[in-house]
Amino acid sequence: MSAVMITRKVRKWEKLPGKNTFCCDGRVMMARQKGVFYLTLFLITGTCALFFAFECPYLAVHLCPAIPVFAVLLFLFVMAMLLRTSFSDPGVLPRALPEEATFIEMEIEAANGNVPAGQRPPPRIRNVQINNQIVKLKYCYTCKIFRPPRASHCSICDNCVDRFDHHCPWVGNCVGKRNYRYFYLFTLSLSLLTIYIFTFDIVHVVMRSMNGGFLNTLKETPGTYPLKLSLTVLEVLVCFFTLWSVVGLTGFHTYLISLNQTTNEDIKGSWSGKNRGQNPYSHKNIIKNCCEVLCGPTYPSNIGTAINPTVSVTMFIVLSLQKTTAPLIPNEHTPDDAKPSIAASAEKSPSPKEEHPAATKVPPLASPETDAETSIAKERAH
Amino acid sequence: MLGLYRIRPNITVSSKVFIQRDYSSGTICKFQTKFPSELESRIDKQQFEETIQTLNNLYAEAEKLGGKSYLEGCLACLTAYTIFLCMETHYEKVLKKIARYIKDQNEKIYAPRGLLLTDPIERGLRVVEITIFEDRSIGSGR
Repeated sequence: MSAVMITRKVRKWEKLPGKNTFCCDGRVMMARQKGVFYLTLFLITGTCALFFAFECPYLAVHLCPAIPVFAVLLFLFVMAMLLRTSFSDPGVLPRALPEEATFIEMEIEAANGNVPAGQRPPPRIRNVQINNQIVKLKYCYTCKIFRPPRASHCSICDNCVDRFDHHCPWVGNCVGKRNYRYFYLFTLSLSLLTIYIFTFDIVHVVMRSMNGGFLNTLKETPGTYPLKLSLTVLEVLVCFFTLWSVVGLTGFHTYLISLNQTTNEDIKGSWSGKNRGQNPYSHKNIIKNCCEVLCGPTYPSNIGTAINPTVSVTMFIVLSLQKTTAPLIPNEHTPDDAKPSIAASAEKSPSPKEEHPAATKVPPLASPETDAETSIAKERAH
Repeated sequence: MLGLYRIRPNITVSSKVFIQRDYSSGTICKFQTKFPSELESRIDKQQFEETIQTLNNLYAEAEKLGGKSYLEGCLACLTAYTIFLCMETHYEKVLKKIARYIKDQNEKIYAPRGLLLTDPIERGLRVVEITIFEDRSIGSGR
C-alpha cells in the first residue's frame, strides 16, 4: 500500500513572522509603511514630467536634441534602481526554527554554568576573532539566533538583516547586504538627475530671457507664460532642496563604501575614535573596498524571494512497506512542515507488512536528476 | 519537483545537530569543521570534515572576489540589472552545485548511517543541520 501526498512547497517568506508585505509571488518585498515611498515616487516622476513637458521641447529645438534623450535614460535608470532597492529582500535572516533555538539555548546554558538563584544570567554574547580583532556577536531574543557580524535587528520590519545599513523610509525598505549597491546607485543617479534638471532649468530661463527679454515673451504668450514660469520655478526649488540632501547622502555613502563601513557602524562609532583603523572587514584599500561593495557577488535571498518562483509542488511518495537497508533516502527539497507529517504517517500506519525480498537499493520511481532539470527549465521559462 | 521518500516504519527523528558558522575569516560563508560529539558513533571524523571542507570551498568559490565577479557586476549595472532576467548569477550556479553535492553526500554516505544533511540555504546560510534518525524496529540497535 502506498500513500501519495501532494503538498505545495511553502516558501520561507510566506511564513516569515516579520512586519513585511509581500506580493507578486514573493518577488516584491517591502516594509509596512509605504507612505514616504509613494511621496518619493511622486516627487521624482512629477518633477521629471514637468521637465519633459515644458523644458525639453524648447531645449531640444534651440540647443540639442540629445538633452531630453539623456534625461529619459537617466530617469529610467533612477526608477529602476529605486524599484530594485524598494522591492528586493535586503538580506533578511530567517528566524531559528524551534529545534535550532533549543540547541542554542542548551549551548548557552552549558557555557554559563550554574547561575545562583536570584542573580541575573550573564548577557548572551559570543566572541569571535576576525582578522585579529575581537568582535562580539549579540544574541537576538526575537529571532533566537546569534547575529552574524554586521547584522542587526530592524525594529520597524522586525527582522534581523545581514550587513544592516539603515531602514530608509524614502525607499520603504531596509538597506542591507543584498540591496545596498542598488540604494547607492539610486542616490548617485538621482543626484545626477537632479543636477541635470536644475542646470537645464536655469539654462532654459536664461535662454528665454536672453532671446527676447521677459516683457516681450510675456506679450507673445500672455496666457501660458506665467504658468510655465511658475512651473519652472517650482522645478528649480524642488531640485535645489533635493540637491543638498541627495548629493550629501551620496557623498556620505561614498565615504562609507571607501572604508567598508555601514551607516549602523558609523552611528554606533564601532570603528571610529579610539578604534579607528581597526575595521576588520576593510581591505585597507579604497578601490578594493569599493569593488567589493559595488561589484561583489549577488547574494541569494535567505527567505526564498525571487530565487525559486516556480518550484511549488512537491510530491511525496511514502512507501511504508518497502524494506531497504537505508532508513531514509531523501529528496533535496524538504519542506520543514512535510517532514513531521511523514514521520507521523510512518508512525500512524502500522499496516500489515507485505513480505518483499529485502532489496538493498530500490531505484527511485522518478529520477531526481530529471526533475531537477525540469524545475530548472520551469524557472527559466518564468 | 518529484521527491521520493522511502521510510521504514519505526524510524523517528532522534535529535538534530547544528554546525555553526565560522567567522574567523570574516563574513564569508564558512562552517566550523569541529566534529560534534553526537555524531561520534555514526560517522568518521575524517568523512565529516571532508564534507564540511568541500562545502566551505564551494561557498568560497561562490563569493570569490575577482575579475569574473567584477565583470559580472559591472555588466549588470550597465544594463540596470535587467540582465539577470535572462542570466543566472554566478552565486546561483554554485548554489545549485552545492545542492547536488549535498544530495550526493546524503545518498552515498549519510543516509546509510541514519543521518540527513540539510542544505544550509534552507536555514538562511546560518547552520548546517544534521538530523539523526533512530531505528526503533525490533532487533536493530543503531
